Amino acid sequence: MTLSQLAASSQQDAFASICLSLQNVGISYGASQAVRGVYMEIPRGKVTAFIGPSGCGKSTVLRALNRMNDLIEGCSLSGRVLFDGQDLYSRDVDPVEVRRRIGMVFQKPNPFPKSIYENIAFGARINGYRGDMDDLVERSLRKAAIWDETKDKLHESGYALSGGQQQRLCIARAIAIEPEVILMDEPCSALDPISTLKIEEMMHELKKSYTIVIVTHNMQQAVRVSDMTGFFNVTVGDQAKVGCLEEFAPTEQIFNAPRQQATQDYVSGRFG
Amino acid sequence: MVGLVLLGILFTVLLGSRDAISAYGLSFLVTSDWDPSADRYGAFTAIYGTIVTSLLALLIAVPLGVGTAIFITENLIPLRIRQVLGVMVELLAAIPSVVLGLWAIFVMEPFIRPGLTSLHQLLGWLPFFSTEPQGPGMAPAILILVVMILPIITAIARDSLQQVPIELRQAAYGVGTTRWDAILLVILPAAISGITGGVMLALGRAMGETMAVTMIIGNSTNFSWSLLAPGNTISSMLANQFGEADGQQVSALMYAALVLMLLTLVVNMMAQWVVRRLSLKYS
Amino acid sequence: MSSSLASPNSLQSVGSLRYRPALARNRRNQLFTAVATICAAVAVLPLILVLIYVLIKGGSLITLQLLIGLPPAPGLGGGGIGNAILGTIIVTLIASAIAIPVGVGGGIYLAEYSRSGPLARFVRFGTNVLAGVPSIICGVFVYGLIVSTRLFFDQSYSALAGGIALAVLMLPTVIKTTDEALKLVPDELRWGAIGIGASSFVTIVRVTLPAAFSPIATGVVLAIARSAGETAPLIFTALFSPFWPEGVFSPIATMSVLIYNFAIMPYEVQIALAWAASFVLVLMILAANLFARWLSRLAQA
Ligand SMILES: Nc1ncnc2c1ncn2[C@@H]1O[C@H](COP(=O)(O)OP(=O)(O)OP(=O)(O)O)[C@@H](O)[C@H]1O
Ligand SMILES: [Mg+2]
Repeated sequence: MTLSQLAASSQQDAFASICLSLQNVGISYGASQAVRGVYMEIPRGKVTAFIGPSGCGKSTVLRALNRMNDLIEGCSLSGRVLFDGQDLYSRDVDPVEVRRRIGMVFQKPNPFPKSIYENIAFGARINGYRGDMDDLVERSLRKAAIWDETKDKLHESGYALSGGQQQRLCIARAIAIEPEVILMDEPCSALDPISTLKIEEMMHELKKSYTIVIVTHNMQQAVRVSDMTGFFNVTVGDQAKVGCLEEFAPTEQIFNAPRQQATQDYVSGRFG
Repeated sequence: MVGLVLLGILFTVLLGSRDAISAYGLSFLVTSDWDPSADRYGAFTAIYGTIVTSLLALLIAVPLGVGTAIFITENLIPLRIRQVLGVMVELLAAIPSVVLGLWAIFVMEPFIRPGLTSLHQLLGWLPFFSTEPQGPGMAPAILILVVMILPIITAIARDSLQQVPIELRQAAYGVGTTRWDAILLVILPAAISGITGGVMLALGRAMGETMAVTMIIGNSTNFSWSLLAPGNTISSMLANQFGEADGQQVSALMYAALVLMLLTLVVNMMAQWVVRRLSLKYS
Repeated sequence: MSSSLASPNSLQSVGSLRYRPALARNRRNQLFTAVATICAAVAVLPLILVLIYVLIKGGSLITLQLLIGLPPAPGLGGGGIGNAILGTIIVTLIASAIAIPVGVGGGIYLAEYSRSGPLARFVRFGTNVLAGVPSIICGVFVYGLIVSTRLFFDQSYSALAGGIALAVLMLPTVIKTTDEALKLVPDELRWGAIGIGASSFVTIVRVTLPAAFSPIATGVVLAIARSAGETAPLIFTALFSPFWPEGVFSPIATMSVLIYNFAIMPYEVQIALAWAASFVLVLMILAANLFARWLSRLAQA
């Protein structure tokens, strides 16, 4: 085997394990650019964390991964986002299909104004699920570690749950449509430590079957759950502040031996 | 002050209608003789006209208005066009009803008459289409009412849709709904309390609407089931006869005004109740 | 690197993300989009037609003579709608002079003095009810109160009576917009003023009201525009007059009543005048609405 063949095969391995690939992605809201120049390769079956100061564009990039930004008037994207090699933003791609394959959990718990059961069943039914619905609801709630708390009140409103329970309900809802990737935007920001712990444990479980991308402000959480970490930062551009990806590396490296001084400052809390 | 005005209105109308109430009692509501020369008054024709025209107008206007509201809130078309459409609906709501009435007489009614005639030929065996259309009548009045209340329904439905939190939209799209699944199964149900309230308000408006209807309904005091025949509503009867009435007729008209007031009052109270009731369910 | 990533020899077999128009859900989507488009078209079209008709048919009749002339006797030609234009302005001014002070006062009372007392709740409820009272009932009320009792100097129909009827109609709108605009003024502003020793009256007049000026003005302008087009409360209060206004205690011509009266006359001349009056009235009302939009835009900036 020649050296070049070796390089090619390892490249293919790398490709097999790459789920989402961002290539020179820039995102603007109307005329103002929020992030630019993002290159990133998110591995399959791993947990990838986005960290960085507020307003640096973590949520913006995350929403770009399943075309959730389409809902925001005037939001536009440049560059390419590849999912299993397909450009998510090519003209003939159906964003609905994208969102079915790449599910999302939002920063603020947002259950539907329906019963707990319906919250889970709705998405599955919309997606043409034909199996045993009761079974699916139970499985999803179990995976999201909320079955015990809800099994006796499946037909009560989702709003009757606490914030932490609502968030796990939303995770269960995302799982129920059986996506390949789950995007989570600060899923624990409104939760107490115990609910947070439950969700973190659940993530370890989930990563066996899903690729997870999580935005978090909690360094310890990033260390605990993630395999890869991307550090976003705000750079003061020509006129306005623009977000960019400062460093993207295995989590250990980001937290123990970052290449960039800014990353070092941020993870050690010396960020100014 | 408001209370005073309100009580004043109620008091004036009650006082004015006292004679008629004692003379005709509740039979006023169900008889349809209206004969000033013999001083015999029954308001059924006008009550029937009021209820039928406003309900049918509502039936047509609600789907149109809600559809339009969806069209201008959910991003089906570019933002600028939507904004222009939104402004236009608001400006059109400001057209005085007397102008709509003028238009109805000289433009709309001649335009739709052939359509109504064929409706009569097709469905003439139904009592509702049993007469030959001959100019003014209930059907054109219903259509002009639709034109009148559409902007109200559209504006309120649009406001209600816009108030649906973005989080709920994201939730719907996040589980992979198409745009219309999201609209019909999540967004519209969440906005339903506001929309229902708006619909009830529009019903109240339609019941009390006077000018456009008066000008096109034909103002006939003879009762007919047919929507193609000239008819009457309480407000059109008031507009028509109040100026020249005296004696017992004034009192009978005041009685009719009282009925109209109570009808709209009930509808408006129901509107407030519905809004409160449904919004509790979704908050 | 990037080109090799996009290459098709992927080890992972993936389902296509491509949009498939034949899918049931996509078909349904298209269908509903079409339905909504049709709804919007059907809803907006007649209103636009009305506008076009009024602007073209009415606009083509406008001459200086028409704007300053008096309406002709039935059967005769020529003439104008000058008295009706003036009359609409007079009656609307009377209504505003009554409704604005009373309404703004009521709104201040609701928002500043008694936010949630039983009386305030009753007044709010009453305002909502009054807003729902059909405009013709306002006419009947004023007829019963003023016209038939000959309250003012033994005059029956009068411009004043018409103005009062319109004022009753405007009142709830003015109260509501004032109330809501004042509620939007942040409390910090009030506390700031009271903190430096201003009385609550001075606070309202010097601080709170100016802060809420623009939304209140917007609401008031809209209410005026709406009442200028009202006909029903005027038919048997202000009545009509073929002459120039003779003071506030006599019947007066207004454009809206002119349109109503002339539209149902069998004379071409009168009908033409009705179209011309519609043109003037619609232009005035649209101008007021645009002005109100501009005012509220001003508030946001
Ligand atoms: N809907 C929007 N419309 C316009 N600008 C937006 C919108 N959402 C975000 N932005 C802008 O984009 C930039 C990045 O926002 P984003 O929400 O992605 O930051 P973030 O890193 O998620 O911050 P946080 O940690 O506070 O959630 C910010 O400057 C923000 O003002
Ligand atoms: Mg964020």
